[in-house]
Amino acid sequence: MEKTGNPIMKAHSSGVEPEMFRVLTPDGEIIETIDGKIDKSLMLKMYERMLLLRTFDRKSINLQRQGRIGTYAPFEGQEASQVGSALALSAGDWMFPTYRDHGAAIIHGQELYRVFLYWMAHFDGSICPEGKRILPPSVPIATQMVHAVGTAWASKIKGEQNVSIAYFGDGATSEGDFHEALNFAGVYKTPTIFFCQNNGYAISVPFEKQSASKTISQRAAAYDIHGVRVDGNDIFAVWLTVKEAVERAHKGEGPTLIEAVTFRYGAHTTADNPNIYRDQEEISTYWRENRDPITRLSKYLNKEGYWNEEQEELALKQFNELIDAHLQKAEGYPKSDPLEMFNHVYAEESWHLKEQKQELNQILRKGGKK
Amino acid sequence: MGKNLTMLQAITEALDQMLGHDDRVMILGEDIGVNGGVFRSTEGLYEKYGKDRVVDTPLAESGIIGSAIGLALNGMLPIVEIQFLAFIYPGFEQLVSHAARMRYRTRGQFGVPLVIRTPYGAGIRGPELHSESVETFFAHTPGLKVVAPSNPYDAKGLLISALEDPDPVIFLEPTKLYRAFKEEVPDEMYRIPIGQAKVVQEGSDLTIFAWGSMLREALNAAKKIEDEKGWKCEVVDLRTLYPLDRDTIVQSIKKTGRALIVHEAHKTAGLGAEIISIINDEALIYLKAPIKRVTGFDVPVPPFTIEDHYLPTVDRVKQGIVETISF
Ligand SMILES: Cc1ncc(C[n+]2csc(CCOP(=O)(O)OP(=O)(O)O)c2C)c(N)n1
Repeated sequence: MEKTGNPIMKAHSSGVEPEMFRVLTPDGEIIETIDGKIDKSLMLKMYERMLLLRTFDRKSINLQRQGRIGTYAPFEGQEASQVGSALALSAGDWMFPTYRDHGAAIIHGQELYRVFLYWMAHFDGSICPEGKRILPPSVPIATQMVHAVGTAWASKIKGEQNVSIAYFGDGATSEGDFHEALNFAGVYKTPTIFFCQNNGYAISVPFEKQSASKTISQRAAAYDIHGVRVDGNDIFAVWLTVKEAVERAHKGEGPTLIEAVTFRYGAHTTADNPNIYRDQEEISTYWRENRDPITRLSKYLNKEGYWNEEQEELALKQFNELIDAHLQKAEGYPKSDPLEMFNHVYAEESWHLKEQKQELNQILRKGGKK
Repeated sequence: MGKNLTMLQAITEALDQMLGHDDRVMILGEDIGVNGGVFRSTEGLYEKYGKDRVVDTPLAESGIIGSAIGLALNGMLPIVEIQFLAFIYPGFEQLVSHAARMRYRTRGQFGVPLVIRTPYGAGIRGPELHSESVETFFAHTPGLKVVAPSNPYDAKGLLISALEDPDPVIFLEPTKLYRAFKEEVPDEMYRIPIGQAKVVQEGSDLTIFAWGSMLREALNAAKKIEDEKGWKCEVVDLRTLYPLDRDTIVQSIKKTGRALIVHEAHKTAGLGAEIISIINDEALIYLKAPIKRVTGFDVPVPPFTIEDHYLPTVDRVKQGIVETISF
């Protein structure tokens, strides 16, 4: 059972936490009817994808420590939010991730080695597979939210049944673009899903200092759009909520703001030390023991006889191999040619870029560094 | 065939033709629909094309530019109107971090064919922050293109080119010239290439580089100097401010050996400095005198009661010509 008075609740809602939609309890009990909407194979898919991403995330942190990738933004603890939301989308849907949502991007079709390339600061790390609409991770906070309004607006104009999903954190809800995006989406009823992973902190600032609102989902009311607060560590609840948001969008009912309440066990990035501003160990332990998205689904799957130790071991082995293969591919990927910095500034290269490129080329040739 | 139009009418005609020509074109902005724009540049378009093509947006520049980026990503051709240049700042982030960089970040996978039109510049007796000319901010941003027409004919042709350009274009409309004069504008959808300056008057003694409303000052000063002293100035309208048309700049210097740059933007780090730099790099040995700048001062554009003292005047330009030629 969940302990009361856990430390992170305060950061989430400054006091009593309002009701949130939950399907699967931390003990692995289903408490809402899921009406056959989530069948066994989907459950296993959800589980395996979460496991894959956790393995990927841990591996990435190690790679950063070994100096094989640059600064990295971990998401361990948020797997249910990222996997659950991304699995509820269709292949043609537009995705606007942040620097922390490579998990969601991978589930939506981004190739693992590209994500490695991104964190290796390779130019080609933000290219998504042909036909996919996964935009590069947004680094400025909240700015991508308005883009998701625009692409969704265009889908609506063109009569295409695609949604656009924007990922963002709790800190993003203080930015003007959060409000402008929700406002535009409400006015034009765009098929946009605003998916907030409220992990309680924006770097060091807890949500109670970020905003006086108790929840993020309540903000939806101000724009007269649909808002839902969901247990972000319950993948069933997340998937059902996003699925419903997709259906609402398809029916022309417009945008949905989803607040997925979650927590990331690790630091903001590999360059950050959370011990300065929070009781990192205590909070992480609490969430791991009481709320972990993977453990909770594993409890359920084990009880139902859908999953066992052996399968787990086999899956982990396969995932490790898969990730290693992608890492190899990324590490073997041709290094960015310095001259590539001049490409794609414009559709057509103008005179000043041509010349500057030539200038660098000559420097490189003289230095013999090319 | 053509008609005599003001710059404003030429712009409206271009917008009208583009909306009629391609379903993907949408116009977005504050008060541009029912009201037809505060300067009336979108007059009649709302009635003709409806609220979904000529969109009165919420008052939110970041929302407008940001959602237009999304529209452009997903196949539309948005034309954004920002009510006055200085009100672009809330949307500046969207411009420089996203519109300008999308193609680069995605290695050419996604482009943002977006046009942002905005009135700019002083001389209209506007209230505070209605008269700025900060083209440098945009000309300092790789990935953007910056265009500033100085007459009705160019305005129409350049605007059509801007819309057909695969990259984001900031289209700066000199407010002072909106209704200043009329000129014959062809009926058809013609194009003026982005990136090409125009020699509007040939001369041999000095080149004046100008754009936007300063072109009038340049021409007037050149005329007076010719009347008074017999000196013939060449006058070049840059038209595109980024990337600049280096060839035209350099060729003219090779011919005249002297240059004067006239812009109403602040002097420090204004585009004049960039033009001097180009000449320095490419045509220094042709110079017979140091290059002079006649510009707005390095102060916020002052209240309209004294804005005429901020703006380069024909007299200041004349003075610049005299100093340069008699160096
Ligand atoms: C516009 C902007 N301001 C500041 C930053 C620096 N910054 C990077 S992440 C971050 C905190 C974001 O918190 P939140 O939105 O909750 O997302 P989380 O990182 O917790 O997933 C800040 C302040 C930024 N990237 N962009």
